Amino acid sequence: MITIKNISKRFGKLLALDNLNLQLHQGECIALIGPNGCGKTTLIKSILGMVLPNEGSILFNEKDIRNDNEYRRNIGYMPQIGRYPENMTVGQVIDMIKGIRNSNEQTDEELYTQFEIGKMLHKKMRTLSGGTTQKVSAILAFMFSPQVLILDEPTAGLDPIASEILKNKIIRAKSKGCLILITSHLLSELEGIASQIIYMQDGKLIFHQDVKALKTATGQDTIAKSIVQLLKRDRA
Amino acid sequence: MRRILKYVILDIIKNKTVIAYTIMLSLFSWGTFALEDNASKSLLSLLNIVLLIVPLMSVLFATIYVYNSSEFIELLVSQPVKRSKIWNALFTGLSISLIIAYVAGVGVPLLLFSDTGTALIMIAAGSLLSAIFVAIAFLSSILTRDKAKGIGISIMLWLYFSLLFDGLVLFLFFQFSDYPIEKIVVVLSALSPVDLFRILVLLQLDISDMMGYAGAVFEKFFGNQWGLLISFSLLVLWIIVPFYLSLKKFKKQNL
Repeated sequence: MITIKNISKRFGKLLALDNLNLQLHQGECIALIGPNGCGKTTLIKSILGMVLPNEGSILFNEKDIRNDNEYRRNIGYMPQIGRYPENMTVGQVIDMIKGIRNSNEQTDEELYTQFEIGKMLHKKMRTLSGGTTQKVSAILAFMFSPQVLILDEPTAGLDPIASEILKNKIIRAKSKGCLILITSHLLSELEGIASQIIYMQDGKLIFHQDVKALKTATGQDTIAKSIVQLLKRDRA
Repeated sequence: MRRILKYVILDIIKNKTVIAYTIMLSLFSWGTFALEDNASKSLLSLLNIVLLIVPLMSVLFATIYVYNSSEFIELLVSQPVKRSKIWNALFTGLSISLIIAYVAGVGVPLLLFSDTGTALIMIAAGSLLSAIFVAIAFLSSILTRDKAKGIGISIMLWLYFSLLFDGLVLFLFFQFSDYPIEKIVVVLSALSPVDLFRILVLLQLDISDMMGYAGAVFEKFFGNQWGLLISFSLLVLWIIVPFYLSLKKFKKQNL
């Protein structure tokens, strides 16, 4: 569904992405992990067209995304830090994105109801807590039932209940055949959600593996342990 | 683009800084007209205040707004919209809101106290000036990712256009007063939107001794009608060029 071919991205002297190749398929939930500054966000932003790679190309459904913006109709993006214009109300933000998407399809209101956002439509974005802002971002990402979901640290800042609601929503989206790309520092959060792991370091791909295969290969029962095991073995 | 524009304007209109700006402008305008019997004298005081405050406020507010909107811009870019539409919507939204503030603050008392022709020219030129400095703000905020640097560039540009420029022209004139440099001065005055604004209003008022050096030469060269037309077109150009340059850069920007 998404093919990443030899992309490299330089920010001045820093090589943020180093000749990266990836194949991302439908129905997978892929966890993107790696140390801080390893290029995860740059990769996500490249897929979204926010960062323009120096070399290589990204194909979305076999089509090059360069100079295209319509492919983003199929992507729902939840940023790590959502900041919205201060005086816009929650209702206005949601209306605006609906207006931009201009789709006649029925929108997915499930998260909207579960997070009980209906009560605070008139509240200004400035007055919301970090967690509530994250809820708004999550609603916007899932609202148009996109084929691809890109979630950057989705549960950071959410309370345990909201975080559980979001996790269940992610699992349901996966079973409907979405491709989900998720970054998280909490490996335990990914347990039960992720079906594949991409591990990056210094802009390079270290491995891209199936979670089950990874666990069997390392003989561990959790994602966290198997990754630690694998990295130790690599270093040795 | 219209969908984004609507919400951007709704957001800015409710901004406390913009509300305070409107109130301050109207206090100044009502004040100058109330304190002075001679309408053209108060117009001149008002002109000097407008020439300082409008550019400063427009350039600073717009620069800060663009930096504060960076995450919002990212969110919009992740939607199926062209980058140029986002940048256009932000620019138009900021310009329209600041123009509304200017017209509400300065335009209304102008229409009440001075003659309609002058008032309309002041309103038109002031609106253009607001948009020009928003465009300059867009250019300086796209030049660097660092907010403090961007604001610094904006303030330096304001200082240059509002205070330094006419002084430099005068300095040049005295240095080269033995040579026929009037033509060069006319060309130079087109290089500052603030000077163009001053020339425009003073041509209308017909007080060339208040015009500053560049203005006096301008009048001598073009007379009134042509002077108005040319200075207006130059002001419009001052919106288009900085904005176009910033748009070109924004399209290729890594967010």
